[in-house]
Amino acid sequence: MMILDALSWFLLVGGAVLCVIGGLGLLRLPDVYTRAHAAGINDTLGAWAILLGLMLQAGLGLVTIKLAMIGLFIALVGPVSSHALLKAAYAHDVRARASEEEDPHVD
Amino acid sequence: MFTAALIGILITMCLALARGALGPTVFDRILAVNAMGTQTVLLIAVAGFWSGRPEWLDLALVYALVNFVGTIAVLKYTRFGSLAEDHTRARP
Amino acid sequence: MLRLLPPMLVLVLAWALWSGHGEPLIVAFGAFSCLAVFGISLRMDRVIGAEPLDYGLAVRSLVYLPWLLLEIVKANLAIAGLILQSKLPDSSHLIRAKAGQSTELGRVIYANSITLTPGTITLDLRGEDLLVHALTKAAAEGVQGGEMDRRVSRLEGQG
Repeated sequence: MMILDALSWFLLVGGAVLCVIGGLGLLRLPDVYTRAHAAGINDTLGAWAILLGLMLQAGLGLVTIKLAMIGLFIALVGPVSSHALLKAAYAHDVRARASEEEDPHVD
Repeated sequence: MFTAALIGILITMCLALARGALGPTVFDRILAVNAMGTQTVLLIAVAGFWSGRPEWLDLALVYALVNFVGTIAVLKYTRFGSLAEDHTRARP
Repeated sequence: MLRLLPPMLVLVLAWALWSGHGEPLIVAFGAFSCLAVFGISLRMDRVIGAEPLDYGLAVRSLVYLPWLLLEIVKANLAIAGLILQSKLPDSSHLIRAKAGQSTELGRVIYANSITLTPGTITLDLRGEDLLVHALTKAAAEGVQGGEMDRRVSRLEGQG
């Protein structure tokens, strides 16, 4: 029990730290494309670590299944919304500060 | 320990809010709102455990759904200026 | 008609897990919502019943998903370290890549896996061509190296 508690403590605090790092990246990185990568940290490992920590607290049962389904939903939806966001930004001619090989424009 | 996670999530929400206020493009703001929504889902889940009421998880899932649909709707609106337009015809 | 059964079972199971109630009224509401969702999905193109469920895909994903999870953890730590550096490297890349999968589903899984891994985001998927934005040179080379492409092809069942 002690070990599970310690592990869940580690996951909760680690997830929170990752989320803060992601938020810091959201503020520090130079343009919308790079900022989306920082938000990706929040959407993947940060969220999953916190949910896993909560699962260890809850033990086996309906609550754990609900937490797992929230994690699965975040995992399915995160890439779709960041792809849609960046595709829209690209279509709106928000230029990336990137080394483009040519100009592969999307409409 | 729930308190520590809550504080971390709240700090992240403040950072995302600052990005939303700073802009500069509309996409930065939508990204900030989306990140804020993910943090809200986590906040509700952790706060449910913090106050000993894990039933709040249902609210967290509904918030995740609303957040996704809202992000897509706002993106579609910024692109087409309408939510009802048939986008297959708008861009041949 | 038989191929409509598994999706319906999934809906009923999802409802039962979320609700956890057994009163007749609540169960009736549940049955009604399952039928409503099922009816709406039937009207949408290619959501339900267009092709039979591929159970081999589910079995093969038991190999793919742990690998993907490990990649995501590694990429997360790399990007987190990058953000914490005092001087941010100004070196994001816009690259093109090929998706070698034969089916549309395989290509979508590949594009989503790329986006799910922090450091790389798929901007556009048209036919076989991917447009990927990578935060670092290492991430860009990771996509061009094509290991994930091969693994998704294997997941799809190409040997």
